[in-house]
Amino acid sequence: MTSQDWEVLVLAVVVAVTCALPGVYLVLRRMALLSDAISHSILLGIVLAFFWVRDLNSPVLVLAAGATGVLMVAMVEALHRTRLVKEDAAIALVFPALFSLAVLLISRHAGDVHLDVDAVLLGEIAFAPFRRWVVGGIDLGPRALWMMLGILAANLLFLLSLHKEMKVATFDAGLAAAMGFSPVLLHYAFMSLVSVTAVGAFDAVGSILVVALMIAPPAAARLLTDRLGLLLPLAAGIAAGSAALGFFGAILLDASIAGSMASAAGLVFAGVLLGAPERGIVAEVRRRREQRLEFAVRMLLIHLLNHEGGPREAEENRADHLAGHLRWSRDFARRVVRRAVREGQLERRGGEGLALTPLGREVARHVMTR
Amino acid sequence: MLAEFLSDYTLRVVALGAGALGALAGAMGCFAVLRRQSLLGDAIAHAALPGIVLAFMLTGLRTTPVLVLGAALAGWLGTLAILAIVRGGRLPEDTALGIVLSVFFGFGLVLLTFVQQRAGAAQAGLDTFLFGQAATLLAADVVFIAATGLVCALVTMLFWKEFKLLAFDADYALTVGVPVRRIDLLLTGLLVLAIVVGLQTVGVVLMSALVVAPAAAARQWTDGLGAMVLLAGLLGGISGMAGAAISATGSGIPTGPVVVLVASAIVAFSLALSPRRGLLAEALRRARLRRRHREAGGGRPPVGEEVP
Repeated sequence: MTSQDWEVLVLAVVVAVTCALPGVYLVLRRMALLSDAISHSILLGIVLAFFWVRDLNSPVLVLAAGATGVLMVAMVEALHRTRLVKEDAAIALVFPALFSLAVLLISRHAGDVHLDVDAVLLGEIAFAPFRRWVVGGIDLGPRALWMMLGILAANLLFLLSLHKEMKVATFDAGLAAAMGFSPVLLHYAFMSLVSVTAVGAFDAVGSILVVALMIAPPAAARLLTDRLGLLLPLAAGIAAGSAALGFFGAILLDASIAGSMASAAGLVFAGVLLGAPERGIVAEVRRRREQRLEFAVRMLLIHLLNHEGGPREAEENRADHLAGHLRWSRDFARRVVRRAVREGQLERRGGEGLALTPLGREVARHVMTR
Repeated sequence: MLAEFLSDYTLRVVALGAGALGALAGAMGCFAVLRRQSLLGDAIAHAALPGIVLAFMLTGLRTTPVLVLGAALAGWLGTLAILAIVRGGRLPEDTALGIVLSVFFGFGLVLLTFVQQRAGAAQAGLDTFLFGQAATLLAADVVFIAATGLVCALVTMLFWKEFKLLAFDADYALTVGVPVRRIDLLLTGLLVLAIVVGLQTVGVVLMSALVVAPAAAARQWTDGLGAMVLLAGLLGGISGMAGAAISATGSGIPTGPVVVLVASAIVAFSLALSPRRGLLAEALRRARLRRRHREAGGGRPPVGEEVP
């Protein structure tokens, strides 16, 4: 790897971590799609600010873009408050309009705006090392990296210093208001943070993939823990891993780095969704099957207890009778019997005959009288 | 402009195509909006990218039906992925939508850059996918869109009662024996179809707007589902045709964004001026009540009580 590759890798990891931190709260507050809406609307801010300052590297662009993101959130809320449309529709109405306006402005003034729409939407992380920050003749590294580190610091500062407030406002907005700090103010402060983060990341990975970095790692972390304190570092770690994985994948395939990072984040999420120890799909299917089997064993024990010593015992208490009587498949009945035998609640008596052991009898009585 | 419209063949094709798309998306969008799935359209539209690229990679063809088929499969797969993510109840639906939207899109991007490296030329260009390219619409495409619309309309009429129940009270639907899951999949399938058929023409972001805006506007004028679907189709059609006509008036005006802005303007108009629900009507009603209250000699209403 060349030093440029290293710089891109470091930038990718920093971008991913910076996005994942506010992403945790977006997932918890059910605002995941506001990240999509914000990252599209900031394009309008960038275009308008560019018309004003005529410099693509001006910090005014970042501020204007961040402000547009917050303005978009305010517009969505105002629209929702009229109660004429629901919140999801409000989001879906506002951001395409702002985005369309931006695209229209860009194409109308294509001659004097050197804004490449593809680059805006997809990012050019591979080109980041070419734009360097030089102070007094000393090369300090890629500008994008410094900007992202600054935004990361702002995120950390905000989330650490307002950890308690964010926690209360996220899980119990009413309590937050009663305790005397405004959830609304906090909400807008947080949305500004998301907007600024989106603007910074947008340069590197583009507006659509920002969403992947903001949502997928926190969602994966959410499947692994219920503790907010663990959620933040876990999401950051998953984000960093996904970014690195995506970077090497892109090198291997010679494909888009940003796209590969999003795909890697998705792969990691899918892996967690399937394999998470308690809440993964595999664990859940296994647990359900286990519960079904356990319930069936108890039913079998009760059935045997019912007919024990009765006139039809020899006929009812047979393994080959279960399939018809309890409406089990032959295969399932065999599994249930095998399990009950293994647990010492049942013994086979001469081929197909079944009899309760003392333990099995006790279990069946216990289940019935409970 | 009318004379120009009637004489210019390309413009006529483009306007008809955009209008048909708007009508189809607008009508199908009603169900999405009523079921609070407005952003599902956005997610499906983005999720279609890998399907389009794969369809192109496998067949080498760029004809509309092939790409639409790929897009529909990917969109459908994305919908299933959303269901799988929310299944456990640990993650909210908007998170699932966000993940599917961005990850599928990212994967599509990887495939696209991969193809471009191999083939050299910029085939199945990304701009087309993102913003559409209404100007390249062929008469055959318009026929294809219209046929898709016809299929959607037929299925919707056939399952009207079930769709209606699902939109307003899915729990009740379940209790009266409607196979809710299957009907849900069918309805979502139609939405997927309506979205992917328009991706090439108006693009991703704009397609998702066409699903929501006409329906949201139509909702302001009527409380009946049938009227809402028809009106949304009409408003969507008008947005599409007007957008195409306006963008033809000057060079460098892309069709997709103009269509969205026209649709947005219709929404704004409806929100402000619809006779019963509109903001203006509401303000007038309040002013009238306040005046009557004052004339009756009343002072300010007691604290904490709203004027009805």
